[in-house]
Amino acid sequence: MNDILMMLLAGVPWTVGVTVCAFAVGVVLGFPLCALRMSQVPSLRVLGAALVLTLRSIPPIVWLFFIFFGIGGGYVTLSPFVAAVVGLGLITAAQMAEVYRGAFAAIPDGQYEAAHVLNLSAPQRFFDVVLPQLVRISIPTAATYAIGLLKDSAVASTLGVADISFQAYQVSQQTFQGLGVYSAAALVYLVLSVPVALASRWLSSTLQRRISL
Amino acid sequence: MNALLTLWAQWFPELWKGFVLSLQVTAISLLLGIALGLLLALGVGARGKAIRYPALIIVELGRGAPALILLQYFYFGLPSVNLTLTSFWAAVLALAYCTAAYTSEIIRGGIEAVARGQHEAADVIGLNRVDALRYVILPQALRVALPSLLGFSIMMFQASSLCFTIALPEIVSRASAIGSSTFQYMPVLVLAGLMYAAVCAPASLGVAALERRLAPGVQPAC
Repeated sequence: MNDILMMLLAGVPWTVGVTVCAFAVGVVLGFPLCALRMSQVPSLRVLGAALVLTLRSIPPIVWLFFIFFGIGGGYVTLSPFVAAVVGLGLITAAQMAEVYRGAFAAIPDGQYEAAHVLNLSAPQRFFDVVLPQLVRISIPTAATYAIGLLKDSAVASTLGVADISFQAYQVSQQTFQGLGVYSAAALVYLVLSVPVALASRWLSSTLQRRISL
Repeated sequence: MNALLTLWAQWFPELWKGFVLSLQVTAISLLLGIALGLLLALGVGARGKAIRYPALIIVELGRGAPALILLQYFYFGLPSVNLTLTSFWAAVLALAYCTAAYTSEIIRGGIEAVARGQHEAADVIGLNRVDALRYVILPQALRVALPSLLGFSIMMFQASSLCFTIALPEIVSRASAIGSSTFQYMPVLVLAGLMYAAVCAPASLGVAALERRLAPGVQPAC
């Protein structure tokens, strides 16, 4: 049983790596996508909405296969890890764009008006007034999504990334103790998601105190 | 372009069979899962600890484990206790469990959104607890929960693509088989993606529209 657990734990760095990298890609790319989605220009707005809808309407496994076998097979060579990060990162970007959009709407109009009245420049308005509040409002939803992503990252195992799910499959095929192996794997995922939930609660209450609203 | 359409026309019947299978697995697991989710929601809300704690554990395990692990648990795990399921039933049971865990929380949220006065009124007019739930609380709770339940159903249709890993011949399995035999991964995966998008994109837009209509504040007078 100990051996089984050790082998499963060997997958943890890959699971965490895929999750963290894909989340980082999504958090960053979510901003331009959100900007596109909220643009004043109707054609850009439609383009943004179409991108978000397309990314969210096709299952992750199809995106991953498309990137790994479709793009990676012919034109450039991609490692399974990179393909998984790019695929999950793009889907995360679409989700984050929607999260940011909701957060923008939640910032009271008075904040924009006050920033205008104080004659702040556009970068100051964004970085000093809007962004801190945007981040604070986005954290709970983003954290829920990050926990979901941790579990969704299991699809990376279908490309051969040696994450927890991949290890679970290997071990269960070797030991014929599928029930115990998969129960242990489920618990490892559960345990991994606890710190994310705690961190989100802590971060959100700390920011609440520091950034008044 | 013409060459692509010829290929797609050639592959479409094969992928269509997978599409129908994906829809079947999704539909059966949603039916089973939402019914079970309702029971779990009532269990988690129960006063007795003997019901509440087991229900909570079932829900938290189902929400905490990745759907992929649940699928493989039912397909590769259960045979080790001499319970072998076909990939179809393993898929249905795993996705139904996943559905039950998630929808129980959605339904519980809906039940909690029903105003306190409704419970009291049901009590005052002499309805017993089952009747109060059935005629007063649940109709209102499910109305609140409907957009989330539909949104979740769309996610489940997408999640059925994970059944590829337990050798269920659904869309992705068939697309991947065509890809590996013809080396034309790109076009076949685009076709598979379009088949998912053809269902999920209009459905998401519909759910968003429904959500706006049911949003508090714009409820039609009743």
